[in-house]
Amino acid sequence: MTPDMIIPLLAATVQSGTPILFATLGAIFCEKSGVLNLGVEGIMAVGALAGFSVSYATGNIWLGFLAGGLSGMVAGGIHGLVCLVFLGNQVVSGLALTILGVGVADYLGTPLIGLKAPGFVPTALPLLSDLPFLGPVFFRHDPLVYISYLVPVGMWLFFRNTRAGLRLRSVGENPDAAQAAGFSPTHYRWLGVLCGGFFMGLGGAYLSLAYTHMWANHLTAGRGWIAVALVIFAFWNPLRAVLGAYLFGGMMAFQFRLQASGTHIPSSFLLMLPYVLTLTVLVFSSWKGGSSATPQALGVNIEPAD
Amino acid sequence: MDTQITGKMLDLTIRKRQESLKGTAALIYCGAVLFSLLLSAALLIFQGNSPVEGISLLLQGAFGSMYAIEDCLIKAVPIYLCSLGVAIAFRLQIWNIGAEGQFALGAIGATWVAISFPGLPSWAMIPLMMGAAFLLGGAWGVIPAILKLKMKANEIIVTLMLNYIAILILDYLVYGPWKASDSYGFPMTDEFSSAAIIGTIGETSLNWGLLICLLSGIVIYIFFKFTVMGFELKASGENVRAARYAGFPYARLVIISMLLSGAFAGWAGFVEASATLNRLQPTIMVGYGYTAIVVAWLARLNPFYIGISSFLLAGLRVGAENLQLELQVPAAFGDIMEGMILLTILAATFFIHYRFARRQRS
Repeated sequence: MTPDMIIPLLAATVQSGTPILFATLGAIFCEKSGVLNLGVEGIMAVGALAGFSVSYATGNIWLGFLAGGLSGMVAGGIHGLVCLVFLGNQVVSGLALTILGVGVADYLGTPLIGLKAPGFVPTALPLLSDLPFLGPVFFRHDPLVYISYLVPVGMWLFFRNTRAGLRLRSVGENPDAAQAAGFSPTHYRWLGVLCGGFFMGLGGAYLSLAYTHMWANHLTAGRGWIAVALVIFAFWNPLRAVLGAYLFGGMMAFQFRLQASGTHIPSSFLLMLPYVLTLTVLVFSSWKGGSSATPQALGVNIEPAD
Repeated sequence: MDTQITGKMLDLTIRKRQESLKGTAALIYCGAVLFSLLLSAALLIFQGNSPVEGISLLLQGAFGSMYAIEDCLIKAVPIYLCSLGVAIAFRLQIWNIGAEGQFALGAIGATWVAISFPGLPSWAMIPLMMGAAFLLGGAWGVIPAILKLKMKANEIIVTLMLNYIAILILDYLVYGPWKASDSYGFPMTDEFSSAAIIGTIGETSLNWGLLICLLSGIVIYIFFKFTVMGFELKASGENVRAARYAGFPYARLVIISMLLSGAFAGWAGFVEASATLNRLQPTIMVGYGYTAIVVAWLARLNPFYIGISSFLLAGLRVGAENLQLELQVPAAFGDIMEGMILLTILAATFFIHYRFARRQRS
């Protein structure tokens, strides 16, 4: 492979990886507070629809992006309501949320199929985009990609250096201790669920506003589930999530290019590659001790005493 | 420990009831269904349809005629088998979300037998097809079990990824090596020989898959009620650590429960390929494997209740199809109701064990 082939492939890797990066970060944020949210796929679908329809109706792409995040927050709120108020099983609630979210997006999105809405276009960053190699790979994208560079660092700092971040993490490890320390673990779980949902929604909105620019049913195509898997690969670390998302994005970009080049490999096998990769990565990171990074109270509801 | 819910605005706290509320489960289920119907009515209004007409079309389409009820029963068969399988794994607290993929592999196995040995008589054909569906579906269930035991890989994600992979394998086969010569470019296999098609019962349009469901349900009931392994499986699901102390072979239980889980979903795939489509084609995948999870949970993993809730959720599908036909309501309407019913019941179950109380000032 020559540089003229590698650079576009890597640039496409960054773009395909971005929606998954947002979703993975959302899932990490939620799981760090101890709430397992398997509704990522559904929340992304809702975010994609909200982003698209708001951008279509108002012509304002930033408003659309924000709407994607906020709708994700609302959808995450349903999970919060079921698990944090009504103490429902987190696994089942998340699955139900995926069924509901994908259904709602398909249902409300039916009249929009095939329509085009204003979306984000690449804008090269001054100076940085002129860097050799790094410029074309990382700095000639749409503005949302640049935002996605900042979020992991921000989240990492939040977990490490802020009081709220430390408390959120402690709630994910041991809610009883949080109670003893004098703050409500449930409040921090709400923070995790709602902000997590916000980022998952942004991931969905990225798909419809910057990736396809068009509405179609089942736009998310399993990316939400891949995000759930990448959380384990990332050992719940926002910075490692970047690596996971680009690994996956790279596989997407690679199979797409291979298909376009008219290879003799059946397209079903190429489409399989991202899922096989996710599976492999999940198995190896679990084997290599991913479970020791798992928040200790993940998936366990906070039971009242009597 | 108090679990404060909404801060100072609503000064409520959650208390565990001294005794669980009895006899309210039916009330809760009815309330949840009613609540979901109300929300669905709102969706119909949003779409510009009359909610009364919509809901009545939904119910009529599902249960309004003998033909409709037969259709519900036909669709309930694969849902029941998948759900029975899923419930075995859930008993052990193994989250098998992979019925969809295990179903696909079962259909592939049955089809392989049917198109490779078209000359077989039905007494040999049907058992061989069922055997192949059992083995392939079961194998697709055992993979996540082994990965869980040996590599600590989370079975939820493994089974999900295997669903996507299974569907793409099925696509590859029907678009490629198994594509019929006279299909006019459509992705489908040749029609099965009549020996490979399980027939209908008497004058009805119901197929003998119903009998497979009945027998499987009875076998599973007996397995959990009267066998040692069934007891070990149930006990391990309730308390893994205690079960290990008692010396139950946890790893073996995980493998066997996932094998059976996948095998039943595989049989569902066999029934669909043989009785419903008479061939293999991509439209065989309609999400029965996911509905099965909802069904199993609503039925609290009980084989008898799984029968009832399979029938009702099959009715939801049939009714939603009618709604799509008559009012052009998107098919996703049924999925929305499915998700909503599950979420509301999940939330409402709270009231059996807990209550809200006003926070006491101390």
